[in-house]
Amino acid sequence: MIHSLRFLGSLGLLLTSISVSGSATADEFVNIYSYRQPYLIQPLLKAFEKKTGIKSNIVFSNKGLGERIAAEGKNSPADVLLTVDIGRLDSAKQLGIAAPISSEIVSTNIPASFRDPDGEWVGLTARSRIVYASRERVKQDTITYEELADPKWKGRICTRSGQHSYTLGLIASMIAHHGEKETEKWLEAVKNNLARKPTGNDRAQVKSIYSGECDIALGNTYYMGSMETNEKEPEQKEWAASVRLLFPNSDGRGSHVNISGVILAKHAPHKENAIKLIEYLTSEEAQHIYAEINFEYPVTPGVPVSDRVKSWGTLKPDDLSLSEIAAHRKSASEMVDRVGFDDGPSS
Amino acid sequence: MKGLWNLIAGERAWTVGAFGTSCVVLVPIIAVAIIASSSSTEQWAHLTSSVLPGSLKTTLILMFGVAVLTIVIGVGTAWLTTMCQFPGRGVLDWALLLPLAIPTYIMAFSYIEVLDYSGPLQSTLRAAMGYQSAKDYWFPDIRTLPGAIYVMGFVLYPYVYLTTRASFLLQPNSILDVSRTLGASPYRFFASVALPLARPAIAVGAALALMECLNDIGAVTFFGVRTLTFSVYDMWLNRSNLGGAAQLSMAMLAMVFLLIWLERFARRKQRYDNRTTKQSKQQVFLLTGWRAGLAFLCCGLPVLLGFIVPALLLADRASRRLDSVMEPSFQNAIFNSLSLAIIAAVLTVIVAVTLVFSLRLKETPLLKLSVRIASIGYALPGTVLAVGILIPLASLDNFIDFQMERFFGISTGLLLLGSGAGLLYAYLVRFLAVAYGQVEGGFGKIPKSLDMASRTLGDASGGMLKRIHLPILKPVLLSALLLTFVDCMKELPATILLRPFNFDTLATTVFEAASREAFEDAALPALAIVIVGLLPVIYLARTSGVSLRANLSNKLTEPTVNRPT
Repeated sequence: MIHSLRFLGSLGLLLTSISVSGSATADEFVNIYSYRQPYLIQPLLKAFEKKTGIKSNIVFSNKGLGERIAAEGKNSPADVLLTVDIGRLDSAKQLGIAAPISSEIVSTNIPASFRDPDGEWVGLTARSRIVYASRERVKQDTITYEELADPKWKGRICTRSGQHSYTLGLIASMIAHHGEKETEKWLEAVKNNLARKPTGNDRAQVKSIYSGECDIALGNTYYMGSMETNEKEPEQKEWAASVRLLFPNSDGRGSHVNISGVILAKHAPHKENAIKLIEYLTSEEAQHIYAEINFEYPVTPGVPVSDRVKSWGTLKPDDLSLSEIAAHRKSASEMVDRVGFDDGPSS
Repeated sequence: MKGLWNLIAGERAWTVGAFGTSCVVLVPIIAVAIIASSSSTEQWAHLTSSVLPGSLKTTLILMFGVAVLTIVIGVGTAWLTTMCQFPGRGVLDWALLLPLAIPTYIMAFSYIEVLDYSGPLQSTLRAAMGYQSAKDYWFPDIRTLPGAIYVMGFVLYPYVYLTTRASFLLQPNSILDVSRTLGASPYRFFASVALPLARPAIAVGAALALMECLNDIGAVTFFGVRTLTFSVYDMWLNRSNLGGAAQLSMAMLAMVFLLIWLERFARRKQRYDNRTTKQSKQQVFLLTGWRAGLAFLCCGLPVLLGFIVPALLLADRASRRLDSVMEPSFQNAIFNSLSLAIIAAVLTVIVAVTLVFSLRLKETPLLKLSVRIASIGYALPGTVLAVGILIPLASLDNFIDFQMERFFGISTGLLLLGSGAGLLYAYLVRFLAVAYGQVEGGFGKIPKSLDMASRTLGDASGGMLKRIHLPILKPVLLSALLLTFVDCMKELPATILLRPFNFDTLATTVFEAASREAFEDAALPALAIVIVGLLPVIYLARTSGVSLRANLSNKLTEPTVNRPT
């Protein structure tokens, strides 16, 4: 018994020393808290390390990282927080965990519309929330978000949860354009057009079109790329082949656009490295990787979208400001509750 | 040395120690309560009008369904395997425990895959019937509330099976003999004698299963079933509303208290005099023909649906990714999972023994209350627990850092959180109830007369624990260790939030893959969790039957002394 306790004790020490060596470091490190999937950012971090010799430590979670930084306070090991969605960038700002990013390079690389007016977050990529339509069963070539409320779509629409930040962003933009009252009516109507209760991620919606469960679905653009190029699970190529992308409101205000971005932690222990990383992520090289590997829209002017993304059609972005979208997020979320959107179609 | 020993041996030291420990366990719960009460009530209005009623209803239906399912399956199979003899009984006896190795989130996404449009069932169906698309035929959707009840019922019933089975085994044959002499039919004996006697055991098992069910976040997320736990998550992570999340978790805590109270209520007359006899129990009802077939089917079905189907699917998908066994990231995850779970399990059991033993020495109302409250950590949803730990621990870290800097000029940084101590803390709080229940049950079976004898012979309390209790409790301690170990291995939400840099466990690897719906990448680590989870199940299966009986009958031939409750 004593023997095994000793063994456990040393295991514990080992464990402790491993993790401590990860955070207590010399300056060639940068610590990243990431809401983005590790496999998406790994290529960028490798390229960054090659270039600068700065290694990165990552904690990935899809929840609670902002709160963790806030709680850790001035001893927080986090240097940067990588995240998707303007809502999350904005709430990081509200939590008071962000420091202004003052860098000539960043402000030259990224247009002001993709940066926080106070400099507390920087957008790194753009994506649009568009409509995936069945090649077989949907003949029209254009669509609008407003049209999703049309009874002709009854039982034909699939989407992920209304409380997911991607959906909230879209609803917030509808509120900005049409006001709360109109939007609530619209959301109610869309809910009644749903084919089923909102579940799964955007990829799962495309699969549902493939299986015939629904005809159109809301989804982000880059999912198409990851399905089309999925060598590990080739059946996803078939899903992708069963749909095409319709960019909503192309003849009007344009399609809803959201961003992924980064914040610099207020108490970043490796601030210089963190700035270097952020600068790198806005560089032409990194933006090119984002475009080619993640199939997102680069935000640095002059960096082209990938050929694959081009093949899906032309994006006309809605130029509604990101901070306005962020401002309506809370009302959007409460509206989703009120309408009971996530309970699915009522009849 | 002698003085120290006296101190350890002293009863007061035990009480103080136990009180201190239960306070440490209480801290996260108190922290959440403070966050809940100090945040705005404006949000609360919105919660009570839109979120709370729906999720409360969903949660209650889910719990009711899971309770019915686990009790029916658990009690039914326990009865059949302990009291009846039929072909295959010997195997089913332990095989019925297998679903215990599968966490609800793995079960849920396995079933999504099994019942999916492109899954084996629907593909076969389409091929057989010539259907073209999902619109041509009706197929049940697993991503619903009934789906969640099904999935949870079939992995959680072993809790009821385990406790009820032990209770049936401990019921002496003499009871059966008496009721037979009085002319009771086997059904009557089951309904009016054996079942009421097993009621406390059923209550314990069902309460454990329901707490697991209340805690689950994986399955309900995959299925889009909006329970209270789901809403707490949603509130915190989607809406960045920590206060609202804490307020909702207080509502959850109320349910947990209710559950604990119900369990205690069901157990209120627990002190049945289970005088075990030396003769070992034999299966008394010999089933033949269709009855035997039916019994086999009834016991086989839960094993098939709760273990074989998901395990086969995982094995099939994992076999396509066998090359990643050699990847260092996978091996690291295994090492991390194992070492973390072992340390946490040992720590938890030590604390549980301390608490139970102190209560046995001296039962003060305050201590009793704090111990009872300490065990509700089991029902605290992982994310909420993480918040409750993160915030006080980070303040402590920052305080230590400040003091060290001031007096010694050393910055210690985030000493506890950065080292993973926060994770161990979370596991302790979360799983203390599991170990506590086991240890308490074990102590309860040791007659107080042994304590008296030991005292009469001049043992101090520490010596009594060492020389009398621990040796008798060995099998109980081992099973407590194993149960806690497996629970720690499976734990997901708190692990995600509290882990240090670059620290992946099997559970977080599964989660990462599952959250991008890459089922095949999740299969191998999921299978690894299931396999490791099997070890204690096998152990439990071996000991809970034969040797538990032998242990008890050898050691406790003297009558149990009824303690006033």
